[in-house]
Amino acid sequence: AAAMSVNADLRRERAAATFQPELLTHILDGGPERTRRRKEIEALVLNDPDFQHEDLNFLSRSQRYEQAIRKSSLMVMKLREYGIADPEEIYWFKSFVHRGRPEPLDLHLGMFLPTLLTQATPEQQDRFFMPAWNLEIIGTYAQTEMGHGTHLRGLETTATYDPSTQEFILNSPTVTSIKWWPGGLGKTSNHAIVLAQLYTQGQCKGLHAFIVPIRQLGTHEPLPGITVGDIGPKFGYDEMDNGYLKMDNFRIPRENMLMKYAQVEPDGTYVKPVSDKLTYGTMVFIRSLIVGDSARSLSRACTIAIRYSAVRHQSELKPGEPEPQILDYQTQQYKLFPLLATAYAFHFVGAYIKDTYHRISGDISTGDLSELPELHALTAGLKAFTSWTANAGIEECRMACGGHGYSRCSGIPDIYVTFTPSCTYEGENTVMMLQTARFLMKSYSQVTSGQQVTGMVSYLNDLSRQRIQPQHVAARTVTVRINDPTSLVEAYKSRAARLVESAAKNLQAELNHRRSKEDAWNRTSVDLVRASEAHCHYVIVKLFTAKLAEVADAAVHAVLTDLCLLYALFGISRNTGDFLQAGILTSAQITQVNQRVKELLAVIRPNAVALVDSFDFHDVHLGSVLGRYDGNVYENMFEWAKKSPLNKTQVHESFHKHLKPMQAKL
Amino acid sequence: SVNPDLASERQTASFSVEKLTALLDGGTEQTRIRRAVVEAIESDPVFSRENQYFQTQNERYEAAVRKAVHLQKKMHEMGWTENGPEYKYIYRALSGDVAFLLHRVFMRSISVLGSDKQVAKWIPLATQHKLIGSYAQTELGHGTYLQGLETTAVFDAATQEFILNTPKISAMKWWPGDMGRSATHTVVFAQLYIHGKCYGIHPFIVQIRSLQDHSLCPGITAGDIGPKMNFEHIDNGYLLLKNVRIPRENMLSKFCEVRPDGTYVRQGSQQINYFTMTTVRISLISDEVLTPLMKACTIAIRYSVVRRQSKLKPGEQEAKILDYQTQQEKLLPQLAAAYAFHFINDYLQELFNRGYKEIQRKNFDMLPELHALSSGFKAVITQHCTAGVEICLRACGGHGYSLLSGLPSLYTKILASCIYEGENTILLLQTARFLIKCFMAANAGQPVPPSVTYLAAVKHGKCPAKNKLDFLSPDIYTEAYQHVAVRLTSSTAAKLQDLIQSGVKKHDAWNQCTVQLVQAAKVSKIYLLI
Repeated sequence: AAAMSVNADLRRERAAATFQPELLTHILDGGPERTRRRKEIEALVLNDPDFQHEDLNFLSRSQRYEQAIRKSSLMVMKLREYGIADPEEIYWFKSFVHRGRPEPLDLHLGMFLPTLLTQATPEQQDRFFMPAWNLEIIGTYAQTEMGHGTHLRGLETTATYDPSTQEFILNSPTVTSIKWWPGGLGKTSNHAIVLAQLYTQGQCKGLHAFIVPIRQLGTHEPLPGITVGDIGPKFGYDEMDNGYLKMDNFRIPRENMLMKYAQVEPDGTYVKPVSDKLTYGTMVFIRSLIVGDSARSLSRACTIAIRYSAVRHQSELKPGEPEPQILDYQTQQYKLFPLLATAYAFHFVGAYIKDTYHRISGDISTGDLSELPELHALTAGLKAFTSWTANAGIEECRMACGGHGYSRCSGIPDIYVTFTPSCTYEGENTVMMLQTARFLMKSYSQVTSGQQVTGMVSYLNDLSRQRIQPQHVAARTVTVRINDPTSLVEAYKSRAARLVESAAKNLQAELNHRRSKEDAWNRTSVDLVRASEAHCHYVIVKLFTAKLAEVADAAVHAVLTDLCLLYALFGISRNTGDFLQAGILTSAQITQVNQRVKELLAVIRPNAVALVDSFDFHDVHLGSVLGRYDGNVYENMFEWAKKSPLNKTQVHESFHKHLKPMQAKL
Repeated sequence: SVNPDLASERQTASFSVEKLTALLDGGTEQTRIRRAVVEAIESDPVFSRENQYFQTQNERYEAAVRKAVHLQKKMHEMGWTENGPEYKYIYRALSGDVAFLLHRVFMRSISVLGSDKQVAKWIPLATQHKLIGSYAQTELGHGTYLQGLETTAVFDAATQEFILNTPKISAMKWWPGDMGRSATHTVVFAQLYIHGKCYGIHPFIVQIRSLQDHSLCPGITAGDIGPKMNFEHIDNGYLLLKNVRIPRENMLSKFCEVRPDGTYVRQGSQQINYFTMTTVRISLISDEVLTPLMKACTIAIRYSVVRRQSKLKPGEQEAKILDYQTQQEKLLPQLAAAYAFHFINDYLQELFNRGYKEIQRKNFDMLPELHALSSGFKAVITQHCTAGVEICLRACGGHGYSLLSGLPSLYTKILASCIYEGENTILLLQTARFLIKCFMAANAGQPVPPSVTYLAAVKHGKCPAKNKLDFLSPDIYTEAYQHVAVRLTSSTAAKLQDLIQSGVKKHDAWNQCTVQLVQAAKVSKIYLLI
């Protein structure tokens, strides 16, 4: 199957595009220089024979773990050899080595080392950092317990200080307190940063972090008092040894508590930390990564589904003509193009959060953290919004590939199972939406008490002006021009304002029924989530629209404008009730919106393949027979299938073991 | 002992669980039989699924074959027969984790499409498992659109044989279950050619493996298509035919026959044949679609009362997550849907049994309506239940992601139902074609089938509900759904007509309206459901 030419359908699609995909790739990467560098790093990995291996789909979990460990160890050495140190470049290198999958050292590199840098004292850094840097110490970050996830205060693991020996005694007092899920904990790590409730002088001081050795250096055997292992097979993450950890009166020296902020003195005196606002920064950063990951995962799925839809021919559109490309069916376009527009929207949102984070974290050193609470609240919602949407979108892409999408060779099942946990980790999505809602409610009550709010919620200020008139905010007339993105931003803004106001009023009504604050909040939480969603949706439409102004090339600008309009109008057509109920759009306008969405599908159609080519995923990284750049799908599906484990022998052993004896008996 | 959080939930229920179970099963006697079957299967270690999540594809397949073979023994032992009341519970009790499922489809297609002589020859062999059958329709390049299949069967009058070929790679049979490793025979669908003329798609019985040593027959290339999202226990296969000769008698010939001289004869009506495909769509709903959603709801709701997270009231212990409104909003609508679909499924089964009797009496009047109903409901129910299982999965947080929760495998299995037996979008468009036709007929004052008479009764009234309690009245919400169903159908029909009148070709107009047509078809089924 080697050296085949590009499928004729795909060649035609590419020739018909109205813009140059490279220019759009540059925008996504953040400039031509970044694109060049990304491709350079990609080539370093892809041309390296050390990183080659058999298709992972045919390996057992244990084999996949072994491959991942082998590649991770090589990766750490090669990163140093090549002198790659920029976090984004490390990220690229890693995702080319592991083809977008998780790997057992993720937690060591992404959590253990950074936590040492930010929370360890200089003495602790001397003791742990260099061994960890050189992988003598491999660490993980053990927070989640079997019975406790997002609600951190509920964690049950205890660390009790014993002043007589100057040690902490760590215990997992109940089954539910067993650490459960941490990546790399099961088999890889010899150390863990353990979050536990600190007890000293008879008092609980809340959650603190402790460096706990769990396996013997050298032999890698678990230490006495430590029970550790793999939690078993999961939906995905086959190469990750998510683990459990149970501690029984396990003693560590006092110096192993991370004490840059809070401290326990030798006699057991507890010294409080100064401020915990800084931890916001890390959370914002990780959430910005998830938003970017939502964009990339959805982009990969769109690339596969759209390329495949251009080479797959089915049924008939015109009697007597050959079977058309399935991408020519309106229903197929309606499934895929709004997702393509969404992928672009999320790319720009991810870039915005990252830039804003870098700008604000510049301020952290100079002490201006005023924007951090809003960004923290906003990124919680955006993390949930984008990961939910991408999660559903990946599945729609797979469904749009029909039966073949169900085969692992399509690559989409793998993208889905790898991505879907992001709806849960780093803050469960519903809980995240409610965090954003808390900020929205706070802003709303500030506005109603006469204060001004700033940033993305500043539209709520209009509410106080509206209050002079008897009608509420939703009733104000907006003249919506459905072909003008800035006008659509206004429409989304009005919808957000209305849903925030309506949630706030429902919350107040529950409080008026003399419910406790918590009870009222719970009874309004469905509305509150809706308000957060509307707020996030507005922010995304606004950021996408703002991005258009930065695009210089006319052809690229035109095609991005089409996508932006499709994103905004499709969102309206999926949420017509909100826009009608608030009087933002009339019933006649909704009909126009629905019609315009379908027209845009036809407008985008000739550029669809070029728009996914612009994402610039290498075939190895895409990992899909259906999404191959050259479009030679069927030949390669057959080649792939021949390697299936069931095909190792021509006659399967079950024939001799079961079938033949049965037939002999009957 | 039972977890106290679950025990307390069971004490507060306001109805008899046993009575509702009996209602779902269709009577206490049915419940008793079902439980007996489940008990017999679950107590038999050969049928254990305990280690399934730790097994490789090879091990899963072998276990499924072992179970299929053991099941024959078990049925004999228990006195269960294919026509007995226990039979329908066996598959459910095994959670479908058994091989040779396509063997039954093989047998059914011979019964339906074969001549009496063919039935007499093949069915006893299949019943005794002297051969293992499969059913090879889908090709690598062709799925729902049957006319597009490329496999050929050329009649050779000189030897009284058909010569079967896979002319190119996209024509390879791809996906048929049991074909990769198990099957010795299969029903191949191919374009029939006689003296250079194509007569369209016909079914042929082809032997693919030796009955002695299971090796591939000459001219046959077959194997497993590789790992999938689920169905690791099934050897979905590929099949490549190169000048494979089969006797003339191997074309299934109840409706069409090729005489020795090559004369093509069509006999009887094929409509009953279509009807069989239609019934498959309905028969899969119960085991393949409803049961997984019910299981997912059971898992997620039980877990949500033993899982405690965060606090609802300060100072109290952490709350059951089912007490959070957002969790209820995720799970309870899925639970309601499971019940709704259960009852509509009962209704459909009855309707189709009635339809079957009519058709046997050569009355084909109900056929278009039954076809539209089966397509539409298959699409709506599979899509809704698939989404429901995924919601349950995500509602279980991190632990839902562990295979041990059972949810990932329920999800990856049910989602295949959106594609097999007709891809959902295509099925909805078939329903839409029926709806538009009926709408036009109703408008012209012609009679329409009973399930769409509402299309004629257009009401323009506003919804009379004044307060939220009014919405609890079935008339109010039923009428509201009816209104939406009629409105979407009529506006799409009008749009289609506008386009055609403005000079757009019929098929282009149809394609330009397909998004709307799909929506209209969905709502028409949801209205009937309500």
